[in-house]
Amino acid sequence: MNRLLVILLVCVALPASAQDARKSGFAFMGPDTQAMQTDDLANPGMLSVLEGEALWNAKAGTSQKSCAACHGDAPQSMKGVATRYPAFDDTTQAPLDLAGRILQCRTERQGALAFQREGRELLALTSYVGHQSRNMTIAPSQDTRLAAARAQGAALYSTRVGQLNFSCAQCHDDNAGGHLGAAPIPQAHPTGYPLYRLEWQSLGSLQRRFRNCLSGMRAEPIPAGSADAIALELFLMDRAAGMKLETPAVRP
Amino acid sequence: MARALINVPQKAKRGEIIEIKTLMSHPMETGFRTGLDGQLVPRDIIEQFVCTYNGEVVFSAHLYPAITANPFLSFTTIAADSGTLVFSWTDNKGETQVQTASIQVE
Amino acid sequence: MNTTRRQFSLLTAGASLALVTPARATPETMKESIQAFTGGKPIKEGRVKFDISLLVENGNSVPLSVLVDSPMTKDDHVTRIGIFNEKNPLPDVAIFTLTPRCGRAQIATRMRLNDTQFITAIAEMSDGTYFSAKSEVIVTMPACVEG
Ligand code: HEC
Ligand code: HEC
Repeated sequence: MNRLLVILLVCVALPASAQDARKSGFAFMGPDTQAMQTDDLANPGMLSVLEGEALWNAKAGTSQKSCAACHGDAPQSMKGVATRYPAFDDTTQAPLDLAGRILQCRTERQGALAFQREGRELLALTSYVGHQSRNMTIAPSQDTRLAAARAQGAALYSTRVGQLNFSCAQCHDDNAGGHLGAAPIPQAHPTGYPLYRLEWQSLGSLQRRFRNCLSGMRAEPIPAGSADAIALELFLMDRAAGMKLETPAVRP
Repeated sequence: MARALINVPQKAKRGEIIEIKTLMSHPMETGFRTGLDGQLVPRDIIEQFVCTYNGEVVFSAHLYPAITANPFLSFTTIAADSGTLVFSWTDNKGETQVQTASIQVE
Repeated sequence: MNTTRRQFSLLTAGASLALVTPARATPETMKESIQAFTGGKPIKEGRVKFDISLLVENGNSVPLSVLVDSPMTKDDHVTRIGIFNEKNPLPDVAIFTLTPRCGRAQIATRMRLNDTQFITAIAEMSDGTYFSAKSEVIVTMPACVEG
């Protein structure tokens, strides 16, 4: 009897202990913007996914191979890949983000000209690959060689910078849920990238999002694809471990 | 390379009113914005949207720069006969993109 | 420069400085556009249900929908729906041409809004009468825009 009660209590207690104060930026948006994200036929990010699919199947470069020629069907081969990036790259002995991995395949394996970071094609392919992990939980790579970069990202996140002397943490940890002007301050979880930002009127990467916050802080931008940008992404993905990917999300 | 997302139900009952949604990949550059070089960015917008159903125009729209980038349009039509819906988007330079969808009416 | 007194609110003020403000529509130019649409005919209120958020997070994309009370028959249908605004660079937003084959006089789209303002939807009926509805939209700015 007693034992039964204990088991019951455990069952009841479980969901509570699993309760998570972390929230995706989705939770901070108005109903119209949420509806735009959840309806694939209203989500402009899906246009990029569609374009990514076409690029996936297009032959390119000196190899005249498509991504599909080596990887087959993306819904199978790319499922879950985005949940564990950035990852450690053996060739360069450095952390690599998903866009960087795609660029690597493009230049070294397809023998094609590199796509531009933040360019339309790279965003399309990254969102197509990312979309294959939609609704899957973020599962950061456990490779110990990533630890140093992750720590560097944590430091970047909590260090005050710029003319206004702000850190990311001051807004996204200390004041999350509050407002900056009229905009709610989210917790900065990178659950939806690349995503369609209404402000950009286009798709953009997490690293472009960094640039926006840094410019608000009157701080130097962190170049996309740089070691710092990847370190910050590593830290944020780790901080969001277990949360669901939404790619392509919509944000104001 | 513009692309569009369109939803037309594959099957419908005769006489049923169906909702059609279209999302077109397009910057809808207003012509009112200045670029990084200080020059006005030239206008580049979809001006005309037309939907025909088995050759007959059922719905059309004239769009101005106030319509968002990647224009979204939704409207309804009566499922009359099996056949083809043709969607066309024409920009201010006169270039037209066309997509089709087929529907089976029972 | 004294930065110690700078607060969050200043951040947003700075961000909005980056916006360009071109020549604008005014309530008067909107009236002219509406006159051109109706040919100066009188406009009645009613029959038009205009759905647009009162408060939007980003003026770059404001969803709206219009539903007009009409049987949509050959003899009695909505021929056009026009959307007009007071403060964007141009007063016209879109003009939709409908046919009885639409079955229902219902459209939805997304528009850009420069500022808090009234938006007007006008329906033209096949008998040459006009009906309208208007709605105020309050636009808030997102923070941390592209610098
Ligand atoms: C002064 C407050 C402030 C600071 C400092 C700040 N941000 Fe933000 N951040 C915001 C606000 C507000 C938003 C919400 C978006 C909007 O409407 O502008 C946001 C959005 C984000 C998002 C998007 C989350 C999503 O759901 O996609 C990320 C990621 C982010 N910030 C990361 C950072 C990083 C990294 C830093 C430090 C380099 C930083 N932010 C510094 C206020 C801030
Ligand atoms: C010639 C064959 C080839 C082509 C073409 C190719 N890839 Fe790859 N790709 C590989 C191989 C091999 C790996 C594994 C590399 C590794 O594990 O170090 C890989 C790895 C990847 C990964 C990481 C997978 C993971 O589990 O971490 C992604 C993402 C990827 N490729 C995307 C693409 C895209 C997008 C294209 C087209 C632009 C492409 N690839 C073209 C061979 C190819």
